[in-house]
Amino acid sequence: MSDASSSSHGDLKLTRVTKSFGDFTAVDDLTLTIPEGSFFALLGPSGCGKTTTLRMIAGLEEPTAGSIYIGATDITTKKPYQRPVNTVFQNYALFPHLSIFENVAFGLRRRGVKDVKEQVEKVLKLVELPHLADRKPTQLSGGQQQRIALARAIVNRPALLLLDEPLGALDLKLRRQMQIELKWIQTEVGLTFVHVTHDQEEAMTMADTIAVMNEGRIEQMGSPAELYESPRTAFVANFLGQSNLIRGEISSSDADQSVVEVHGQKIAILKTRNRAAGKSILVGIRPEKIRISLPDDPCTGNILTGGIVSDVSFVGVSTQYVVEMPWKQDLMVFEQNDGGTPTLRPGDSVSLSWNAPFTFGLDGSEDVNAGSEVDDPA
Amino acid sequence: MAFLQSAVTRAGFFTGKKGRLPYLLLLPGMLWLFTFFILPIINLAGTSTQTPVVGGDTGQYVQTFRFANYVDAFNAARPQFARSFIYATLATLLALAISYPLAYAIAFRSGRFKNILLVLVVAPFFTSFLLRTVAWKQILGEEGFVVPTLRAMHIIGPQTTLTASALAVVTGMTYNFLPFMTLPLYASLERIDPRTLEASNDLYANGITTFRKVTFPLSMPGVVAGTLLTFIPAAGDYVNAAILGNPNTTMIGNVIDSRFFRIVDYPTAASLSFMLMAAILILVTIYIRRSGTDELV
Amino acid sequence: MSTIPIPTLPVSKRISRWFGRNLIRIYAVLGFTYLFIPVIYTIAFSFNNSGKSNLVWRGFTFNNWMNPCGAPDVCSALGNSLKIGLIATTVATILGTLIAFAIGRHRFRGRATTNLLIFLPMATPEVVLGSSLLAMFLAFRINPGFWPTVAAHVMFCISFVVVTVKARIASLDPRLEQAAMDLYANERETFRRVTLPLVMPGIAGAALLAFSLSFDDFIITNFNSGTMNTFPKFVYTSAARGIPAQANVIGSSMFLIALVIVVAGQLVNRKKAR
Repeated sequence: MSDASSSSHGDLKLTRVTKSFGDFTAVDDLTLTIPEGSFFALLGPSGCGKTTTLRMIAGLEEPTAGSIYIGATDITTKKPYQRPVNTVFQNYALFPHLSIFENVAFGLRRRGVKDVKEQVEKVLKLVELPHLADRKPTQLSGGQQQRIALARAIVNRPALLLLDEPLGALDLKLRRQMQIELKWIQTEVGLTFVHVTHDQEEAMTMADTIAVMNEGRIEQMGSPAELYESPRTAFVANFLGQSNLIRGEISSSDADQSVVEVHGQKIAILKTRNRAAGKSILVGIRPEKIRISLPDDPCTGNILTGGIVSDVSFVGVSTQYVVEMPWKQDLMVFEQNDGGTPTLRPGDSVSLSWNAPFTFGLDGSEDVNAGSEVDDPA
Repeated sequence: MAFLQSAVTRAGFFTGKKGRLPYLLLLPGMLWLFTFFILPIINLAGTSTQTPVVGGDTGQYVQTFRFANYVDAFNAARPQFARSFIYATLATLLALAISYPLAYAIAFRSGRFKNILLVLVVAPFFTSFLLRTVAWKQILGEEGFVVPTLRAMHIIGPQTTLTASALAVVTGMTYNFLPFMTLPLYASLERIDPRTLEASNDLYANGITTFRKVTFPLSMPGVVAGTLLTFIPAAGDYVNAAILGNPNTTMIGNVIDSRFFRIVDYPTAASLSFMLMAAILILVTIYIRRSGTDELV
Repeated sequence: MSTIPIPTLPVSKRISRWFGRNLIRIYAVLGFTYLFIPVIYTIAFSFNNSGKSNLVWRGFTFNNWMNPCGAPDVCSALGNSLKIGLIATTVATILGTLIAFAIGRHRFRGRATTNLLIFLPMATPEVVLGSSLLAMFLAFRINPGFWPTVAAHVMFCISFVVVTVKARIASLDPRLEQAAMDLYANERETFRRVTLPLVMPGIAGAALLAFSLSFDDFIITNFNSGTMNTFPKFVYTSAARGIPAQANVIGSSMFLIALVIVVAGQLVNRKKAR
């Protein structure tokens, strides 16, 4: 029998983990600590290395370099069945030849647990599917299979529960529901969850901490609010939600703020929110922070004038405007449909304004488009 | 903190650790194949160039590397060689013509009965192959119901017989190899997404054009597999020729059989066998190359 | 409220439309009839009150079914065929499955050559397989008979087993085995509890295929059985004089048994999916 003892609980620590397949480096010198008991999300586009990282934690891939520890135990070279880690696979991977009961009991039986009935029934009740115990996986719907896959992993009380894009195959409403349920189960059961996803809304909804990955590296790690309001790179700014990034040059600074010259207009930015190394800067502002108004209306804070509305989309909750600025850049503005501002039309001249503290600054060397376009895999 | 360098790139999950495992798994089976397939073929090659011992008993040969055996054998059996390949080709084409619509019907027009129909295609072949062939002989013979009926309808004359003819042999071969043609055809037709056919209709192609331009090309792997699985055994068959034919319809298989059991002449038999094998292998290789499917097995 | 008349096609158009849609179904019915003619004939004539030669219909009787071993040699031939079939199937299935796992699951040097070697017996005419084997046996002073026949049958069945099982292995989702390992099953347990049960239908299918190939084999058997009789040999040698109705009985029984097995298999599958 395997020695996945529960004494090896603790923080998950990846140190300088690298995974290469021939010339291709999927995970590049990754160092990461995931605190015990937290809901952690690995977020990034396809091919960024998040699934490979997850598989290395599970033991299904071996790192080319680096080490992985749970608490004080080195699990880097341990086989999957020797680790106190369980995975919820993307396609659920339920054993088609076993009943639901036996699927859920599988891990318990392999570990030599004699009486599995009570534990299996308890976890089936947790996922609200106690009546399906005698069915076979092919008889279940996608949502039900997903919950059984979760139950099968949770019943083993692992130190770490890994979820590989588990909600990808579900439709929107079901996905929203499962997001809430997963979060609830995690707090209820108290396990450490590591959730891999490319859906930034999902990550922000569920996770305590998010690590945004790109091309094998972590771009930024922090709470959802931190990542969203204070992105450190253009990739994070564009990948999480949407950002307007405008090129400019820092023309002067005082104690708290700097003034940035942006195509002939002036913008103020707090020094604490500016990550630019030198004078060249990308000024960032989220579309929902911007107020759009007619040129004659009064506005305060940072102001950009000379915009012309080129597109208007009504999205129910908000109205989304695309505004073409005099320097030929399109900026996005999201206005809440709270009845306050009348809807503008394409062709209207407008001014954009926002509270200066909302501005964030990225280094001028960053690529304005990083993280915003989804490339078709070649 | 340990820095690990792993030299093994894991392609799949079960590779690598015990490098000997695959060889151990292969050993018994491959040993069997070597002993009972490779060795005999090698032995056959050796036999093909032997000559009878002068003044010895029948069945005694000595190795003389006489490659002229091949020429002699070929000359002696030229009509049979030709016949084997002609009959096999005819049988294959007929089988294709008969099986294709059948496979198509099962794949696309059978609804709930698909599995039942598949079983029904294979079911007749649970009766012994010889019983079936003899059954045809009797059905098409003088005592059966086909010949008297056709004679009564004046379709054939009072002297014509259907059995003991090339026609009967080819028909018998076609019948016997039908499932070998139908099943691969069905398998590749079944894989076609019916929505591609709908797309073809949507793009202004009628039924016949859709078949020509979409269905048939997509079923090519099945056609290739089916024709190979039919032609290869058909070329070497001799049971149909023996039961349904006459002395003028003997095939290469009959000759080899008789050179083993009736006229004991192992070198000739061996040479004929090799030529048959070589001819089939060459034809098959050319055929596969031209139709572009390499991974058959 | 006036009713709008529904436009109908003229009769000729409707007929040709019906034909267009159903032509293939009509053909299929004809095709299946053609397939079953010899089978129906065989089953029918098993009830023939035939005497020695079963060529002309003489009257309906159950005698043959009551006394299936009545004709000389029938049952001993059948017995040999069954014995050879069972032994050859067992050995070929085991050897072939091992090979299938080796090729299907491992990378090793010579994999392509092995694949080719497995394919070769299937591409070789039975005449060549049978005659070359006989020649070798004779060269080693081994007389043709029961065990040489078994050896020959195992030989040509292995390839078919490998192909069948390999296909089943290839369709196995590797993530199922990864999930098993993730759930604390080591390599041996994973194989025993996940891999093998999921590959088993393929192995069973391969065994059935091997048995039917072995039972029905004539050419290779003819070369390597010497004086031992098998069922196909029996039919062949009695074809000239007339096959006794008992052979028809046996043929019909094989057909019915096989049909029952296959249908039962289908029903079991359908029940499992329910």
